[in-house]
Amino acid sequence: MASPNKPVDVVIVGFGWTGAIMAIELAQAGLKVLALERGEDAATVPNWAYPKVVDEISQSARNGLLQNLSKSTVTIRHDKSDRALPYRQIGSFKPGTGVGGAGIHWSGVHSRVMPEELRLKSQITERYGARFIPAGMSLQDWGITFGELEPHFDHFEQVCGTSGKAGNIQGRKLEGGNPFEAPRSHEFPLPPLTDPPTSVLFAKATRDLGYHPYPLPAANASRPYTNPYGCQLGPCNFCGFCSDYGCINYSKASPQTTILPLLYRMPNFTLRTHAHVLKVNTDGAGKMATGVTYIDAQGQEVEQPAAMVVLAAFHLHNVRLMLSSGIGQPYNPETGEGTVGRNFCYQLLNSVNLFFNKSVYINQFMGSGGVGQAIEDFYGDNFDHGKLGFIGGGVIWGRQTGNGPVRGIPLPSGSPTWGSGWKAAVKENFLHTGRIESQLSNMAYRGCYLDLDPTYRDAYGVPLLRMTLNWQDNDLRMSEFFGEKLSQIGKAMGAISMAGRVLKRGDNWDTRPYQSTHINGGTAMGADPKTSVVNKYLQSWDVSNLFVLGANVFAHGIGYNPTGLVGALAYWAAANIRSSYLQNPGPLVRR
Amino acid sequence: MSSDDGQTSRRLFLANTIALAPLAALAAGRTAAQPSKGEELPSSAPAPDHPSVPDYRPAFFTTVEWPFINAACARLIPADEHGPGAIELGVPQYIDRQMGTPWADGAIWYMQGPFFAATPEFGYQSQLTPKQQYRLGIKAIDTLCQERLERPFAALAPAQQDDVLKQIEKGSLTSTELPLSTFFSGFLLKNVLEGYFGDPMYGGNKDMGAWKMIGYPGARADYLEWVGEAKAYPYGPVSIYGKRG
Repeated sequence: MASPNKPVDVVIVGFGWTGAIMAIELAQAGLKVLALERGEDAATVPNWAYPKVVDEISQSARNGLLQNLSKSTVTIRHDKSDRALPYRQIGSFKPGTGVGGAGIHWSGVHSRVMPEELRLKSQITERYGARFIPAGMSLQDWGITFGELEPHFDHFEQVCGTSGKAGNIQGRKLEGGNPFEAPRSHEFPLPPLTDPPTSVLFAKATRDLGYHPYPLPAANASRPYTNPYGCQLGPCNFCGFCSDYGCINYSKASPQTTILPLLYRMPNFTLRTHAHVLKVNTDGAGKMATGVTYIDAQGQEVEQPAAMVVLAAFHLHNVRLMLSSGIGQPYNPETGEGTVGRNFCYQLLNSVNLFFNKSVYINQFMGSGGVGQAIEDFYGDNFDHGKLGFIGGGVIWGRQTGNGPVRGIPLPSGSPTWGSGWKAAVKENFLHTGRIESQLSNMAYRGCYLDLDPTYRDAYGVPLLRMTLNWQDNDLRMSEFFGEKLSQIGKAMGAISMAGRVLKRGDNWDTRPYQSTHINGGTAMGADPKTSVVNKYLQSWDVSNLFVLGANVFAHGIGYNPTGLVGALAYWAAANIRSSYLQNPGPLVRR
Repeated sequence: MSSDDGQTSRRLFLANTIALAPLAALAAGRTAAQPSKGEELPSSAPAPDHPSVPDYRPAFFTTVEWPFINAACARLIPADEHGPGAIELGVPQYIDRQMGTPWADGAIWYMQGPFFAATPEFGYQSQLTPKQQYRLGIKAIDTLCQERLERPFAALAPAQQDDVLKQIEKGSLTSTELPLSTFFSGFLLKNVLEGYFGDPMYGGNKDMGAWKMIGYPGARADYLEWVGEAKAYPYGPVSIYGKRG
């Protein structure tokens, strides 16, 4: 091993959204900040310049922006009695790579959280009684309130230039927004994007059905915008290359478009790419982090001392670093003891393609990642679950994210998959197909967790993270309920036929088709160190100079897209580090 | 951002507030973020434009395999009244050229053992790379055709070829060499569709014929003034190299 590097005040592991947020906040506080990123440096130009990036072969078919699984992946099994197998090809979820992380190839849907989701156990118990919670479900409160987070939601939206329409400003209900919205301090920075055909049809149909459509908040700029850091965004032109792609127009919010231009000017910030962190080092007592060990571009192991360590990689890597560094007690599904790996959750996505007759032009090749109309009549606890007998809910939307033929042309059920019949079908349907979806919460269960795989290792010899997860009865019954709603809405939109995927009882998690990158939990936040890994400030209960960011701190899978909450939590953690921790380093909450 | 050699940075504390600068000035300061030595800066230029050529000679497929690829392409996307077929659009060339990319050696997949058979929900669990899939898959199909119909696949009548492909797809025609339905759906058909619909620079979709057939504008990527109108888009496609279809 080479001699240790010079110490820094803060080392940040991973340089996507949360790494960039924490870096700029702590650099602005005057600290010497080093960010370690295992992937490549990347920027709008040259990486996502037009026309190079609007290439479905390199970006979608060959996963241009995604983690190269040959270096590292995860293993997956449905139940702890099964043998886990490697996730060898990209399928169900899409981890990113390089500077900007998944903040590059995301869509841009920018939601918050519902206040009751942060206290879900209390909410369910108060409204339906404790016996309403099924056996094996690990429901718990998150130890934080919506009110504490609201200023940070607001700020992250200002940073992203989020397009939307408020439905509730400081308790005042507003026409045109989401009537179920929790009180916001301000209107969205930008007005909603233009509705594409799918969203127009969805809004009309859901309104006619008595629901409450509103424009989905999108971190895709609807107008020219300058954010609080002085970074400029240009208006989205609905190019149709959003999810899977870097933005050609400086329209989709990413670390590169909203934070890095200012951060890179700060002399007390350093970025080191091709630095793959192997572990967080701790002192003899295991009570303080002393820094990290990483492998550099030359393949050498390097020790980086730091006064504070921030885990800001994608979910999978944050959890694995906690486990492989031996910080905190790993979760034991037999006894229910231990916390690291507990509360591992995902999200359920039902997707239904709508086929219209030839007079209805949807033009699915036009679109933007976050644009759409949505309803929250069945989100969270906005509806009475008493008779339905399940916990959870989700958002139903008619989005038009942009699609091209290599990404797959949806066809009506029974269509041929090749030959002349297939050609006739793609020709007939390509311009006249839309899609509606429901994105649903996924509760935490005693049998769903993360640990280290006993067999498979990454390119550096470190055990892979092992996922043990399957859909559970509560969530599948919820999904069937949403399947009926999707069918009702699709019909009302005028579809002549529908085909898609609705998860039903008896279905297992299928890791092949893409459904969602919104994996979460594993280092839950909370007020009780027996059931959480970090306190409400995202500070490790065990190692007080270690902060853990990301969706891995969720205590259960929410129905919303997680980036808004992940970003707000990062700003919240940073604000408390600046206001409290730096003055008096040590635990911010007593155990 | 400070220059980074990992060793020499001195301890620095900065004042709490940072003056906001316009983006142009910020972009100028971006040089500090240039990659460190030994790192290759990705080019902003597209990959070289190699549209399909009429006298293409395969680099990967052998003289025995190449007729199979051509025959399969001709059946999977035949030329008909709906539009151009895979052969005239250069799809076999696309597939052969993809065999020269890192993907074809399984370089973007986790390919470490041990390998175990699994239910389909766990995805690809074979140790075969795309190159090996094609090599073994073509051989296995030609062997089956030879045994049952006394000719290799390429020499069968179109109706016989369709029948073989249908049986492979639904799993009723199998081989002990490899799971043929995986080769068919996960490689052959998937790559044929990529070549048919991908940008012409990769060797398929000659003159954007597949895009014109379905009304896809290709690399235009600029629809702000059209997205609010649910109408037929009036312009033909353009390719990444700026050709108009």
